[in-house]
Amino acid sequence: MKQKGTPNKKWYDYLWIVSLTYLILGFLNILFAWLGLLCFFIPLIISVTTGSKAYCNKYCGRGQLFALVGGRFGLSRKKDVPTWLKSRYFRYGFLTFFFVMFFLMLWNTYLVFAGTKDLSTVVTLLWTFKLPWHWAYHGTLFSDGTVQFAFGFYSVMLTSTVLGFVTMLLFKPRSWCVYCPMGTMTQLICKARNGVSSHRA
Amino acid sequence: MSTKKMPARKAVVDSNTCVACGCCMKVCPRNAITIPKGICAIVDQNLCVGCGKCAKECPASVITLEVYEV
Repeated sequence: MKQKGTPNKKWYDYLWIVSLTYLILGFLNILFAWLGLLCFFIPLIISVTTGSKAYCNKYCGRGQLFALVGGRFGLSRKKDVPTWLKSRYFRYGFLTFFFVMFFLMLWNTYLVFAGTKDLSTVVTLLWTFKLPWHWAYHGTLFSDGTVQFAFGFYSVMLTSTVLGFVTMLLFKPRSWCVYCPMGTMTQLICKARNGVSSHRA
Repeated sequence: MSTKKMPARKAVVDSNTCVACGCCMKVCPRNAITIPKGICAIVDQNLCVGCGKCAKECPASVITLEVYEV
């Protein structure tokens, strides 16, 4: 039984430190952005192999970070999210949009790999604002394409963190979880795996 | 005998909009909530004491406290 004052925390309750470190490392050397792939593959592998959302439920460092900043530090209005934000249309729509933008990013990476495009050392925030980020690039032993992917992937991670941060301030701390593309995707995988129609739980 | 009891209330999850994030599971002081198949949170009505922590925590606000029918 949990008791007041003695929270029995597990090792995975501290994964917010990993998420925070990841964000900081992106400011120091953009190549660390590659590590973010773990946040993509681990939840997918867990949901495909075990048919559960254990990643969201236990290990998601970003969720913990929002819970800490919005919940414990109180940087949140703690209001309900609007109904449209939790609707299927928005969640699946956002997942699709995220996917499309992700593949555009991969395409850009390919063009740099292929040599038809030059490396651009910018981080694109919210798919629109190009922030100069050359100071986090210190050369690479590999192809420019690997660097382009790092910039592109860090853009994805930073954009989703900023979005999550904004909804954390406006609504409940972990409101990012409501429309998180990874969460939506793993839930869909679990539904498919457990033979449930996506229209009924 | 004639003392009036408050109607017992229990947490109820709207299974259609639950995103299965697990925030409720983490705050439940009775460990009454599970997400067995990664689809939706399920409240064990035998363990739930209706404290409302989960309803407050739920980022999608899909948990309500409802009067428990015996």
